[in-house]
Amino acid sequence: MVVLSTKNLHKMYGGRSVVAGVNFAVESGECVGLLGPNGAGKTTTLRLCLGLIEPDGGNISLLDKAVPQEARSARRRVGVVSQTDNLDPDFTVSENLLVYGRYFGFADSATSKRIPDLLEFAGLSQRANEKMQNLSGGLKRRLALARALINDPDLLFLDEPTNGLDPQARHLIWQRLRQLLNQKKTIVLTTHFMEEAERLCARVCIMDNGVIIASGPPRELINQCIEPQVVEIFGEGLESWMDQHGGKLAERYERAGESVFCYMHETEGIVASLLAYPTLRYLHRPANLEDVFLKLTGRELRD
Amino acid sequence: MKQAQLRLPELSLRFIPIWRRNLLVWKKLAIPSMLGNLADPMLYLFGLGYGLGQLMPTVNGLPYINYLAAGTLCYSTMNSATFEALYSGFSRMHVQKSWSAILNSPNTLDDVMLAELVWAASKSLLSGISILVVIWVLGLSRSWMSLWIVLVTIVIGLCFAGMSLVVTALSPSYDFFLYYFTLLITPMMLVGGVFFPVVQLPHFLQVLSSILPLTHAVAMVRPLLIGETPAEMALHLGILAFYGALGFYISTVLMRRRLLS
Repeated sequence: MVVLSTKNLHKMYGGRSVVAGVNFAVESGECVGLLGPNGAGKTTTLRLCLGLIEPDGGNISLLDKAVPQEARSARRRVGVVSQTDNLDPDFTVSENLLVYGRYFGFADSATSKRIPDLLEFAGLSQRANEKMQNLSGGLKRRLALARALINDPDLLFLDEPTNGLDPQARHLIWQRLRQLLNQKKTIVLTTHFMEEAERLCARVCIMDNGVIIASGPPRELINQCIEPQVVEIFGEGLESWMDQHGGKLAERYERAGESVFCYMHETEGIVASLLAYPTLRYLHRPANLEDVFLKLTGRELRD
Repeated sequence: MKQAQLRLPELSLRFIPIWRRNLLVWKKLAIPSMLGNLADPMLYLFGLGYGLGQLMPTVNGLPYINYLAAGTLCYSTMNSATFEALYSGFSRMHVQKSWSAILNSPNTLDDVMLAELVWAASKSLLSGISILVVIWVLGLSRSWMSLWIVLVTIVIGLCFAGMSLVVTALSPSYDFFLYYFTLLITPMMLVGGVFFPVVQLPHFLQVLSSILPLTHAVAMVRPLLIGETPAEMALHLGILAFYGALGFYISTVLMRRRLLS
């Protein structure tokens, strides 16, 4: 069952197409990742799907409701974690949840019954009465996730859910999101972390310049879009090695500053040639989603 | 400006949970906030009322401090809604992003705006009541008619909340609010009959004064405080309601443009 779909979605800002014909559909229980460089149109797409901004063209259906016309009613069954912290700084942990429940029309008594479970899920049981200023970034993000679950939503929108978190905090969020997927929740997330997308998402859509330029399961994208092996090389003597060996042996290579990324199917030749260059350092690894991402969206900075 | 942005604000009871959010924040700081509400008007009332009042004969048959009490009540009621809708509203919208969290729930920007309007007016009501209590305690008013002022402060609050929200919708930062105070709030306080009768002013300032909302607030509160029915009550209420409604409409349109486009 499709819970979210967009058809030919368009949004212009100041004469510039930020979303320029986005088509995608999300099945119930799926985790779909929207990847893309800064300014690719990911957040705008999410805001359009939530009915927070009016599209300049195209159709959106969210949980069988037409958006933006019936967005308010569709949002009853949706949870959102925004990119920036928008918890209420004057409230305690549980007040944040209680007040948010009221926005859905829930009686305080009903929300109060849910709060212990939500706090436990977020690992905040010991901190129910803690003030916001005493919470770390990771704890705040977990509280934001708990708050997004206040209405037991069918679909969750997460805009860069682990941005700015340390690895411990990030792993904990991933664990919780997987738990939610096991409970058959649907998740749509945007991220810059390819590792996050590979771990969580059954399917990713890579966006650039307002359009989806590739989509599919991460493994399939890697198989389809890129050579399976990568050797990253840097250090003194790189130029002469490239002239002598690299340029000929690599099926394809990309330069990024002081490093060269060689992409290929068979790496024996290249690895053997590197032995003669002790000043060069190299890393041989299988291709990953980040390689696909960089190949499709380019290596130049976006902002 | 798109057609959809120009439609009238939708008024729904969904504003109540958002209003209650602001109330809960206020409760945590209620005592300092109430004292702050009272301190400034009381300084003016005692300082000018007793100080300047000693130098003056009566004003329109009233001791100066009694005359000043009505003006003080009106301008501090105006200030309460104004500060709330400007500074606190801007914090909730821009700094704390509280509005963005609310908009992700089944509420709309119109609900948020109505909550801001009513909340800022609630602050006016609180400040109006506290000053009224002081006025009663000091014996500056001895008429039951003065109880009507409680209702009038709500209208004053709605009026200035609506006007201030326009400025909040346009503001890039807190500094911007200074223009509003310098260009509108302070002049209004000086020509609106707060400290002295409007008839003392040159003709052109009297004309200006007659179209400013604070003048009409003072024109209602002053008679009520001494137990008289204000003349042209409907006109005064109408003008306050007009400013408030127009401000609320314009601010909602501007906010839609700012946040939803």
